[in-house]
Amino acid sequence: MSKLSVEHLLGIKYLNKNDIDIIFQTADHFKEVINRPIKKVPSLRDITIANLFFENSTRTKLSFELAEKRLSADIINFSAGQSSVKKGETLIDTVNNILSMKVDIVVMRHPNVGAGVFLSQHVDAKIINAGDGTHEHPTQALLDSYSIREKLGSVKGKKVVIIGDILHSRVALSNIFALKLQGAVVKVCGPTTLIPKHIKSLGIDIETNLKKALEWCDVANVLRVQHERMDIKYFPSIREYTQLFGINKQILDSIGKKIVIMHPGPINRGVEITSDVADADQSIILNQVENGVAIRMAIIYLLAEQIKRN
Amino acid sequence: MSRKTLLNSTEIHIILHRLACQLIENHNDFSNTVIIGLQPRGVFLADRLTKILKEDYKVNDIKSGTLDITFYRDDFRRRDAPLEANKTNIDFIVEEKNVVFIDDVLYSGRSIRAALSAIQSFGRPKKIELLVLIDRRFSRDLPIQPDYKGRKVDAINNEKVIVQWKEQDGKDAIYLIKNN
Repeated sequence: MSKLSVEHLLGIKYLNKNDIDIIFQTADHFKEVINRPIKKVPSLRDITIANLFFENSTRTKLSFELAEKRLSADIINFSAGQSSVKKGETLIDTVNNILSMKVDIVVMRHPNVGAGVFLSQHVDAKIINAGDGTHEHPTQALLDSYSIREKLGSVKGKKVVIIGDILHSRVALSNIFALKLQGAVVKVCGPTTLIPKHIKSLGIDIETNLKKALEWCDVANVLRVQHERMDIKYFPSIREYTQLFGINKQILDSIGKKIVIMHPGPINRGVEITSDVADADQSIILNQVENGVAIRMAIIYLLAEQIKRN
Repeated sequence: MSRKTLLNSTEIHIILHRLACQLIENHNDFSNTVIIGLQPRGVFLADRLTKILKEDYKVNDIKSGTLDITFYRDDFRRRDAPLEANKTNIDFIVEEKNVVFIDDVLYSGRSIRAALSAIQSFGRPKKIELLVLIDRRFSRDLPIQPDYKGRKVDAINNEKVIVQWKEQDGKDAIYLIKNN
């Protein structure tokens, strides 16, 4: 096993294909570990990790925390809502105060694009980006690709359509980078108002007809409509969005083949996806959650390996 | 660099049969015993012994698996080269079983210490024994000794014991390599 080419995980765009292969191979071993009667290894006993969440998160935060605990790391958790950030403290001051407590790795979610890159240039710790604004969410993209690989054997050559709010989605951008890097063919599908203007420059096609997109693809990754990031109205109503871009059993039955359904969560049941589709056997939404822990264990382990012992 | 043959394929064959007989003496029909080859090199020995027990001594129901100790090693972040993990495959219960760890060379004892930690993730064995093909005496860092050994070797630190297996390297042989 060779080393990662990066010192931090700031985004998929900084990784190469070999990095993804190393992460997936390592995650394979951790997936076996988390299915043992005792799901814990002592590798990171002397590593301390700070989880800094300046934005709300349930799934990602829990997944990181569980991954860290499975590796026996010491953990400190920080949520902006209950912190001195409210009193006017800067990001660097906050993080440097935390690093004074001898923290080795920082896992950070932040509403501002590039917060992870900024931090990596100013503090002496490994930085893992757990989502920066509408920019990237690398661990989600890696677990999505890993789940496709697990379900279909490989990512290379697979046709993947990302459906929904592409404009505000860090998951979409990281997925596009990760899937392209592994040789998948990617399309996006959604209302034209929610598709970024220059998305074709990433080498992907746009499909505005949901049925055509589903007929074309092997995998449909369905995204949530992010109302919290919308400052204007991008479509007339939720009802209209659901009618045009919502995935339901009728439309899936009409395409004449069984495609894989994914969703990064949280799901708005009955909006972008109906319950009978989300819970169907072609849905791998819960596999994504399980794989999230293994992928995050692999990333933390591989970055920790680079930290020299004093 | 000089190379001395410690054991040739005939000698290895004889030793493997002797080790198989010793295991049968203590574990009879293996109804309450499992064999676990330690990754990476102990797996070849475990496979070979399992084959001999089944084919030559008609012990038909032997449960054997592989155990990777990478995440339990005590030299994580202390080495230049990254540690490479291997596959663990234990698809049976180890709780209240007699477990026989199998490895090719016993040197510092640190791998076995890691294996003792790793196996606890699968339950609490009744008893754990250690079988090795080569016991490098006077090299131990920990108080760990084998229950079954193929051959004792008194090698000094700049010497290396290399075990070759027919399945992997084309022939069975054990060499002592000395860096001059």
